[in-house]
Amino acid sequence: MSSDALAQLRQTFFEECDEQLAELESGLLQMQDGATDSETVNAVFRAVHSVKGGAGAFKLTTLVSFAHVFETALDEIRSDKLEAGPSLMKAMLRASDVLADLVSAARNGDDVDAALWRGLADEIAGFCGKEKAAPVSAAAPAGFTPEPLAFTPQPLAFTPQPMAFTPQPMALPSLTPAPAAEDAQAGGGLRILFRPRIELYEKANDAVVLLRELERLGAMRVTCDLSEVPPLDALDPHGACLGFDIRLVTDRDEQAVREVFEFCEEDCDLVIRREAAPAAEAAAAPDPAAILNALRPAPKDTPADPPAAAPAAGNPAEPQAADKTAAKPADPARAAEEAAAQRAAATPAPATIRVDLDRVDRLINLVGELVINQAMLAQAVQGADGARDPAVSGGLDELDQLTREIQESVMAIRAQPLKPLFQRMSRIVREVADATGKKVRLITDGEWTEVDKTVVERLADPLTHMIRNAIDHGLEKPADRLAAGKPEEGVVRLSAAHRSGRVVIQISDDGAGVNREKVRAIAVGKGLVAADAQLSESDIDNLIFLPGFSTTEKISAISGRGVGMDVVKRSIHALSGRIFLKSRRGQGSEFTLSLPLTLAVLDGMVVTVDGQTLVAPLSAIVETMSLDAGRLRAFGASNAVIADRDGFVPIIDTAAELGFRAHRRVEGGDKGVALLVESEGGGRSALVVDAIQDQRQVVIKSLETNYGRVPGVAAATILGDGRVALILDVDALVARARGAATEPLLAAAG
Amino acid sequence: MTQTVLTVDDSRTMRDMLRVTLEESGYRVIQAADGLLGLEALKGERPDVIVTDINMPNLDGFGFIEAVRKDGRLAGVPILVLTTESDAALKNRARAAGATGWITKPFEQTRLVDVVRRVAA
Repeated sequence: MSSDALAQLRQTFFEECDEQLAELESGLLQMQDGATDSETVNAVFRAVHSVKGGAGAFKLTTLVSFAHVFETALDEIRSDKLEAGPSLMKAMLRASDVLADLVSAARNGDDVDAALWRGLADEIAGFCGKEKAAPVSAAAPAGFTPEPLAFTPQPLAFTPQPMAFTPQPMALPSLTPAPAAEDAQAGGGLRILFRPRIELYEKANDAVVLLRELERLGAMRVTCDLSEVPPLDALDPHGACLGFDIRLVTDRDEQAVREVFEFCEEDCDLVIRREAAPAAEAAAAPDPAAILNALRPAPKDTPADPPAAAPAAGNPAEPQAADKTAAKPADPARAAEEAAAQRAAATPAPATIRVDLDRVDRLINLVGELVINQAMLAQAVQGADGARDPAVSGGLDELDQLTREIQESVMAIRAQPLKPLFQRMSRIVREVADATGKKVRLITDGEWTEVDKTVVERLADPLTHMIRNAIDHGLEKPADRLAAGKPEEGVVRLSAAHRSGRVVIQISDDGAGVNREKVRAIAVGKGLVAADAQLSESDIDNLIFLPGFSTTEKISAISGRGVGMDVVKRSIHALSGRIFLKSRRGQGSEFTLSLPLTLAVLDGMVVTVDGQTLVAPLSAIVETMSLDAGRLRAFGASNAVIADRDGFVPIIDTAAELGFRAHRRVEGGDKGVALLVESEGGGRSALVVDAIQDQRQVVIKSLETNYGRVPGVAAATILGDGRVALILDVDALVARARGAATEPLLAAAG
Repeated sequence: MTQTVLTVDDSRTMRDMLRVTLEESGYRVIQAADGLLGLEALKGERPDVIVTDINMPNLDGFGFIEAVRKDGRLAGVPILVLTTESDAALKNRARAAGATGWITKPFEQTRLVDVVRRVAA
């Protein structure tokens, strides 16, 4: 096998391991929840079994050893020798984590510290140890009695009729002494007496094939023993009535001969012995007359013993053809026809295919171009007289519809269920629960919800962080929970659903909820809010998203790690998502993430700023309002605020921030519009633009790969008229405007 | 004439490995991911040899072998059982179901090809 093929197989193996590990974990979780059906247990067993099988092929010995212990325990569970009690299930779940670690170590070629798995392997083996008195392998699986096959001999519709029969001498090449045999007369001669029983044929072993294999070992002469062949009217065409007396001259030992009969030793009478006499002498060619004599009781038509006789007597170079005619007296022609007819039907197509991600991305890019092109075409036609022709406008509408559908279908190719991500979270929950000494139960819902692959991947970190937080900060210690009249075991819920073109993920816990006094005190203490600020409950809750906020006084090993919820919020924003927190004291907290289904298109508001067309991501915009002079207040020399329902919001002059004009200029009475945006810091700002043109989906084109990084600009798109429009990076703009005015925008954007 | 081998295994790694190995030795290979799909694949084919795993979803190796043996058209096709178990009990059970022979995983590529050749008519 080439090294390329081997590398490819290795990759397949590790991909499959990931799938099997996911399967394993979800199966174990179901078992932990009380599932005892054999399908679940079998699936779990198979998952470990497959990992072990593949690992064996790649000589990953550590993986094999650990998987073996794991598999043995699972085998005992599925054959009801071992009960899957809570402590065993716990060990099993840990074992699935360790197995995952071992797989990833094997993938990276890392050395594995035996301490990582040896202890757990012993622990699991200990569960099985109780059964040591009656090892599994000692007996056949319970309830199994080996039985002969249900075999119904099918009598041929055959009426014996007298016929003219002329005995003909038969050409029996394999019965003629081979020259080699003569050369080696003095050498090792083996005498093999071989009489197949019916079971041998029933298992599709074939005397012809076995003889062919024997012949590979040396020069061979075969005498066919026809003494058991019954008269034709009593002949069972499927029966076994031939015996073979074989003389073999070979330099191979008896073991090599035994190996030929490896699969059928129990289904035949077999005697192998060294021949004292020179082989050629004893192996006189059988007299064809003797064969005919043996057949004499029924000297009619002589198909003899179908599976063996004809081919044995035929040319061994073509056993296939001989066998086919002989072994299938039923109707070989019909069988061949059937096979040919059915070949057209071919193997059923698999339900899934694997495609390179590059190809999908190229397709997505092309469809993006198509969308833009379609928009340009529509705009061009609108300008021309063609728009008045109903055929043209109707055709355009249809094209528009089709383009949209193609785009959605293509996006769906990249969509992946959140399941693997959710499963990773269940491991996090176990680890954090162990580390904090809290009892936690993770309930997941909507794990089959599909999101763009990149979104799934980039959600891993923020989600991990939130789950850690929920357990570490959200849930109370078991004693506190009991005191509060709650069950000892805390519940963390992770759910996902599609809602109006976005995916909504919620992480909730039934813990103590946000301690608002404490949060407020910390925020004030750190100078994040003014001591006398008027804050709603929700405002206070959302203070935890502010950079520099961390509720635990001492950073714990679990949720500390130097990052806070502000980092989570930033990651979600980077995915064009939004995050909110709702909390009720004593009842728990709930984080809601709202994310786009794809990163390739964006819902945007197309606006005009100083003659330029820009796009603001809709996900950032809370509402829009007119720049009514009555609502504006000057603030300092060059700043202004606008009155909102709850107070004043700082105004950001988009044109000035982007450098379209040198000075900030926001005056009441300006024919402008304010886009009220919510940015990463949690606060609101009003981006001032000249006018709103449209609200539509735009295809995102990376500016960084096609041009270079531009501060305050997230990406670009191409509009229907073919012009490039920049997509605003709202967070960067706001950060820049809010921060020191002198601070370069680039730093804020980073 | 090119001989055809049907491999039935739920592990993609194992399927790929069987395919690559057998194709390199000149066999035509058709594949199925479990016993049921294996029977489905046999509707349009009569392979020269079948290689099947034991532990599979939907229909395991034992059930698959029994079904093949009951089908008059296919009854004579040699079936090799591919399994990590060198366990005598499982081997016997496979034999009782009608398996022609067996290959213990992990297999050497030459050994696989050799055994397939040995049972193929």
